[in-house]
Amino acid sequence: MIGKYKAQIALLVALLASLGVSLCADQIDEYYLDVMLNVGINIILAVSLNLVNGHTGQFSLGHAGFMAVGAYGSAIVTLELGAQLLPLGTAPAFLIALLTGGVCAAGFGWMVGVPSLRLRGDYLAIVTLGFNEIIRVVLQNTKSDSIFGGALGLKNIPTTTTFFWVFASAAVATYVVTSMVRSTWGRGFLAVRDDEIAASAMGVPTVKYKVTAFVTGAFFAGIGGGLYAHLRSTISPEGFNFLKSVDIVVMVILGGMGSTAGVIVAAIALTVLNEFLRDFEQYRMIVFSLLLILMMILRPQGLLPVGLFARKGKSA
Amino acid sequence: MDQFLQQLLNGLFLGSIYALIALGYTMVYGVLRFINFAHGDVFMLGAFAGLYINKALAPLLGVLPWGLSLLVVLLLSMAVCAALGILVEYLAYRPLRHRPRLNVLITAIGVSLFIEYTAQYLFGATPRSFPEIIPPHNVPGLGALTITSTQVIVLGTALALMVGLRFIVMKTRLGLAMRALSLNPTAASLMGVNNSVVISFTFGLGSALAAAGGILYASLYPSIDPFMGVMPGLKAFVAAVLGGIGNIPGAALGGLIIGVTETLVAGYSQDIGIPSGYRDGVAFVILILILLFKPSGLLGKVEREKV
Amino acid sequence: MKRQLFLTASLSLLTALAAALSGCKDSGGGSTTEILIGEVASLSGGTATFGQSSHAGTQMAIDEINAAGGLLGKQLKLITEDDQSKQGEAGTVAKKLVSREKVVAMLGEVASGRSLEMAPICQKAGIPMISPASTNPDVTATGDHIFRVCFIDPFQGKVMAKFALSKGMKNVAILVDSKQDYSVGLSGFFKDYFKANGGTITAEQSYGSGDKDFKAQLTAIKAGNPDAILASGYYGETSLIAKQARELGITVPLLGGDGWDSPALVEVAGKAIEGSFFSNHFSTEDKSPRILEFVKKYQAKHNAVPDAMAALGYDSALILADAIKRAGTTEGKALRDAIAATKDFDGVTGRITLDEKRNANKPAVVLTIKDGKYSYVTTIAP
Repeated sequence: MIGKYKAQIALLVALLASLGVSLCADQIDEYYLDVMLNVGINIILAVSLNLVNGHTGQFSLGHAGFMAVGAYGSAIVTLELGAQLLPLGTAPAFLIALLTGGVCAAGFGWMVGVPSLRLRGDYLAIVTLGFNEIIRVVLQNTKSDSIFGGALGLKNIPTTTTFFWVFASAAVATYVVTSMVRSTWGRGFLAVRDDEIAASAMGVPTVKYKVTAFVTGAFFAGIGGGLYAHLRSTISPEGFNFLKSVDIVVMVILGGMGSTAGVIVAAIALTVLNEFLRDFEQYRMIVFSLLLILMMILRPQGLLPVGLFARKGKSA
Repeated sequence: MDQFLQQLLNGLFLGSIYALIALGYTMVYGVLRFINFAHGDVFMLGAFAGLYINKALAPLLGVLPWGLSLLVVLLLSMAVCAALGILVEYLAYRPLRHRPRLNVLITAIGVSLFIEYTAQYLFGATPRSFPEIIPPHNVPGLGALTITSTQVIVLGTALALMVGLRFIVMKTRLGLAMRALSLNPTAASLMGVNNSVVISFTFGLGSALAAAGGILYASLYPSIDPFMGVMPGLKAFVAAVLGGIGNIPGAALGGLIIGVTETLVAGYSQDIGIPSGYRDGVAFVILILILLFKPSGLLGKVEREKV
Repeated sequence: MKRQLFLTASLSLLTALAAALSGCKDSGGGSTTEILIGEVASLSGGTATFGQSSHAGTQMAIDEINAAGGLLGKQLKLITEDDQSKQGEAGTVAKKLVSREKVVAMLGEVASGRSLEMAPICQKAGIPMISPASTNPDVTATGDHIFRVCFIDPFQGKVMAKFALSKGMKNVAILVDSKQDYSVGLSGFFKDYFKANGGTITAEQSYGSGDKDFKAQLTAIKAGNPDAILASGYYGETSLIAKQARELGITVPLLGGDGWDSPALVEVAGKAIEGSFFSNHFSTEDKSPRILEFVKKYQAKHNAVPDAMAALGYDSALILADAIKRAGTTEGKALRDAIAATKDFDGVTGRITLDEKRNANKPAVVLTIKDGKYSYVTTIAP
């Protein structure tokens, strides 16, 4: 019986572990805590992007746009409705803010997903990039005194992000994505990825699967954005540009598209590496881009490709 | 009315540069069926090549009339960038010739970032000033409208290059090979076309055009930096798609449309009620519209995907 | 199934590892032989020139103090972290400097957006922070440990508006860089003061940093026939704006703020920028011995004329040092009080007094460009 609920037990363990660490967070050096929280947020972003790029084969280059929507959405809820929500307690108020951000992002995911239905790889990439830019441009050109803050963005966001929130969200995101992939949804995603025309000829509702992938991916990106906003305390449109999207894409590609374990490892590795290499910052992007090129030529399946742990003879 | 005409002219000159870059995109796509993300960065390298060539050959260029100076700088940096383009193709894209298109796309992004950040490392992040090769001069006798001599030269050069490209593609054997390759690579190689050579040539040609675009752009806007190619590159890509990707006159038309639309939106933004900072978004909105309503582009033909 | 196990295992391992590696929080203040001062600057990326300049100025000040024997019997050590001109990085490196390096004070940042990221971190840790050049009012409003040695945007906007009116410019068009909060803030304050004192804004156009073509916006501005154009962005775009304005036949002068201050402005714009005006923190033309000495020393060390960022970086370090001397200690609260009490400090960017909002109360100079060089026009006091 335990075997049947392995996933749920794993989730529960992860949640409890996060809570435990969070409670003794005061003992942890603030800088290291900051790095770990960054790792957690990147895990959420990478896993959610992986659902779209890896499992469903839709090359999205605009993930930072969804992150931005989530960040702004949750920050605005906290800043504008903070007083009204206070009686509920900080945790529920934060949860409401995060979920609002996530839902708004999901809405944008739907808006992006629908037009991209008929687009192939290269075009889809550019369109998603376009959406990312449009979101950024719109946010940047809002008035400074509006609730969007204009070019300066939003500040004085209460730093309610803690270890628990980040890693609990990461665990939930991983659980949701993994469960989806191992269910009928997953078959649909893989079918769309492997050969969309054949799938649709076989009666698979490709539209439904593509949009679902986008919406789910966007939702979690939004959650990641909300956590980011409540960690950094200030957000501005510049921080969610194309380069941020590329950062997340690199994690997905390095880890192996379609491999949840792989992207988690890649997210951890790249975030930590970033910290260690702070002194060599000038070379960071040069090295990253070279890594990208070499990975594609030499090991396109990523570090931990799907099927690495599969037993021989059994299907995925 | 005057203001409208002036804005139209502004857009025309901007559009001619987009057209030049778009040509490179459309050629490579036509032959290889992939979007060379790094194209915008070759444009940037062309501008920097022009800067350094100008500095290195300063004594020589000092004695030549400015027309010849421009020609020398243009041709040399076109040559340098063509060589670079061929090198990039050989190292990064050729090994992926038979892999899924997604992989090549990602590699292209990698190449683009590599070029940008290496340039930033080598040249510094500060914008550099591009030398004034064309003496500044307002074309007289136009009343309230102003056109500078630089703008006229840019338009003229862009047109000349486009005509030259059309000639190469339509009237030479290599051009014939390129067209054959874009229709059907297997059949082309069966007919004796050396695919690898033609592909290298296409890349070289596209890169040369991008380099020319870079120098012309830098002559109009003399401040160059390692990331100057990102936006024009994206807009030129949209122009290529607008005109019908793979279609050369289409790319030129697309470039002009995007240039004019962007300028008009920016110029009349106050009247429309939107901040003029939205001008960057115009190209993307056009992209989304065209992909929604006529994905094959204005002049392109509908390509049926065969399985 | 195996993958699920793997995921759980790795997640738990990660948390365990994190808890073990990080260890308990250190208490107590750093080195006993050196005074550690943290600096956050944008040494690379989009605003690299500003960060590099301010760092050069700061480092020069620190070196001078050390050469003269240091402070409180100890040598100063400047620990600089590069935030790559990126949002998000400033906060992380500030945390690193505060908790890992245990600095006693923080210098930085130039950009207001990034200063706003650092300020809550310093405030919470009880570490005083001095920003050399962030002009947005909200920075020092974060808390009582946050100071700045430059004037704020409301003042700068007012300065240029006052100047414009004094020159008889009644109608001004505004061209703002909507991507830069500095530019947006400056334009906003200029507009408020200008309109309140009888001026008219003929047009308001915007662009984004990195844009190269402004003909569209300038043509629209030309139609409104202004007496001057406020180009409140940085030098990179301003130089192109000036050129294109002249090409379009616009002959009126441009007005701007300290963001214009860079040799690249004249280099790219050439004759187009002649006769335009901008406000700045100091003028290299100033014949006072203090400034002459500073310019000479900087030129000897860096083979370049110092710009305003370098001067401000220099002053921020000197003011910090002066406060340490007066306080006699590097303890957070005492040091903060000493900084707050800074009065009539003789800096290269003027006589600096920090007011009750912890902003620098000092006059601005208005410069113009003549024969390719900056030329002093007038000083406008607060």
